[in-house]
Amino acid sequence: MAEFWDGYLWPTVWTVIKVLAIVLPLLGGVAYLTLAERKVIGSMHLRRGPNVVGLWGLLQPLADGLKLFLKEIVIPTGASRGVFIIAPMLTLILALIAWAVIPFSDTLVLSNINVGVLYLFAVSGLGVYGILMAGWASNSKYAFLGSLRSAAQMVSYEVSMGFIIITVLVFTGSLNLNDIVEAQRGMWYMFPLLPMAVIFFISVLAETNRHPFDLPEAEAELVGGYNVEYGGMAFALFFLGEYANMIMMAGFTAVLFMGGWLAPFGMDFIPGPIWLILKVCFLLFIFIWVRAAYPRYRYDQLMRLGWKVFLPTSLIGVIFYAGVAFYGGFAPGMQ
Amino acid sequence: MVVQALAFYLFAAMTVASAVMVITAKNPVHSVLFLVLAFFNVAGLFVLLGAEFLAMLLVVVYCGAVTVLFLFVVMMLDINFVELRQGFLQYMPLGATIGIILLAEIAVVAGGWHFAPEAAKAAAAPIPAIETMTNTHALGAIIYTDYVYLFQSAGLILLVGMIGAIVLTHRKRAGVRRQVIADQVNVNVADVAEFKKVETGKGV
Amino acid sequence: MSLMSRTARAFFMKELLEGLWITFRYMFKQKVTLNYPFEKGPLSPRFRGEHALRRYPNGEERCIACKLCEAICPAQAITIEVEPRDDGSRRTTRYDIDMTKCIYCGYCEEACPVDAIVEGPNFEFATETREELMYNKQKLLLNGERWETELAARISLDAPYR
Repeated sequence: MAEFWDGYLWPTVWTVIKVLAIVLPLLGGVAYLTLAERKVIGSMHLRRGPNVVGLWGLLQPLADGLKLFLKEIVIPTGASRGVFIIAPMLTLILALIAWAVIPFSDTLVLSNINVGVLYLFAVSGLGVYGILMAGWASNSKYAFLGSLRSAAQMVSYEVSMGFIIITVLVFTGSLNLNDIVEAQRGMWYMFPLLPMAVIFFISVLAETNRHPFDLPEAEAELVGGYNVEYGGMAFALFFLGEYANMIMMAGFTAVLFMGGWLAPFGMDFIPGPIWLILKVCFLLFIFIWVRAAYPRYRYDQLMRLGWKVFLPTSLIGVIFYAGVAFYGGFAPGMQ
Repeated sequence: MVVQALAFYLFAAMTVASAVMVITAKNPVHSVLFLVLAFFNVAGLFVLLGAEFLAMLLVVVYCGAVTVLFLFVVMMLDINFVELRQGFLQYMPLGATIGIILLAEIAVVAGGWHFAPEAAKAAAAPIPAIETMTNTHALGAIIYTDYVYLFQSAGLILLVGMIGAIVLTHRKRAGVRRQVIADQVNVNVADVAEFKKVETGKGV
Repeated sequence: MSLMSRTARAFFMKELLEGLWITFRYMFKQKVTLNYPFEKGPLSPRFRGEHALRRYPNGEERCIACKLCEAICPAQAITIEVEPRDDGSRRTTRYDIDMTKCIYCGYCEEACPVDAIVEGPNFEFATETREELMYNKQKLLLNGERWETELAARISLDAPYR
């Protein structure tokens, strides 16, 4: 019995506790990210943003959540029931499981697997299924068009994202996220790889369906995009999933280009997790900032940018940086 | 070991079940979604084998890209189920034949291993011990040394296929007005607009 | 404008960064939002809000049932019925305005020869039911009594331009 407890049960329970320790703050962060977005965009529009519910509107996310929770979930006639219900769950789950590999400090990581980068890339790529399933299962042309756009967009931008990840991997020589962070001790990759980092960030905007690439939900033309037919808790799951995905991709960018949990300027007295959170917050601020600043792309412009600008540029970047790494002796295993 | 065995049976059972659902599901979109589930479970099996690189590659390439395109096509097809049923008996002999041939081939391979145990060893590439290098390294070392020409030619074939598809579907229509973004970006305010101070009641 | 500088402009995303910088500066500017239920914007004396029927200072109602407002109302929101009162003067027995039909054009106000029907400054008269928006004479007179000081002030302010 004791062996069973020590061997299986306790590790399982301990893992569940660790998962909760990541997921619960994350969901809180998602809730307050929506508030932050409304506040920041409000400020940029010279508005105040929500300020009635609670002090400075701090309870607004709870009120919104409660409202969505109490609403009825309507399943349209002709909808594919199972797929319709699974789609929002899938979106949220995929946004959450990605956090399993993101390192909060050199030891603080849920699962330090060898192929962390690929895992994150795979999970973010799977996000397209939630959207496609939702659009198809809704049995509505607007939802369907939204999901088709979204799928094409995510698949397109993933390609250049993959190439940029390769440039980073050329310098680190490891797919392990902790190794990638450690390799940036001297200098964050953001500086030598600046063009790549910028393209990566813009691709991340497209990948998470954020402005100015939020074609899938383009309110003006598609009503609400792939989630028109969803209401109440099902919609809330999509909403949570979308914002959790934003945080996840911001974390990914922070790990790849901004040194993850490393402290800048040797400010080691502040622990690593705090630095990671600060970097993620900074990137999220840029997400919101970009939303306030730019108008939405037209669909053909979006595709043109992805395939005719980013793909060749990132391909050239791979070759260029691989050359730099090879002839400059920066590549791992060459010393 | 018990947990690993349980996980294996879970993944294996899910793989087989979803593979069966792929061919029995009435709706083709459901079939494709079950196909994704099957891929996913196979990836789980790869992880159990310690081949995490292959597992992630399977998820990225097959689930993340190839099946999405499948789904794209299948979703937009206007499928008449009654018509689909009609051809079933007609095509069944052909399908059954192909299935039986595949089964026989697998049986021959497996039987070969049974009769000549050294054949299995010859087929398998030497696997380095898991402590010495990660399987990403091992795979890269084989692909980019022993099999580099095969690997590159496979890539070239795919490239040719892609270019072929684009050439076949691409058409140039006359009289299309295209947006030239470079020109738009290069426009200077001073070149296209003129600011004039117009006095009241005088006009330009 | 040489090719070089154009390329540099595109490569360093000059315009995009400028756009970002503008929004960033705006973030720290004074907010223009009014804290609405507690703060309100200024209203012109000509503002056309909720209707009211006014009375003379001696308490006699102004309306003489000439039906000009009913005739001019483009939305046909006004219904008037007339009967002589006991003292022989011409008065309305019914003066209804359907506020759901009203388009707040202010023609009734302009048509009125005795300044009886006016549109006041009140715009916060939302109701929970549709029926409450079918105003009758009693409600309109009540409005007149409630808003009289303000209505009189508005009319005198606007008088020079009439």
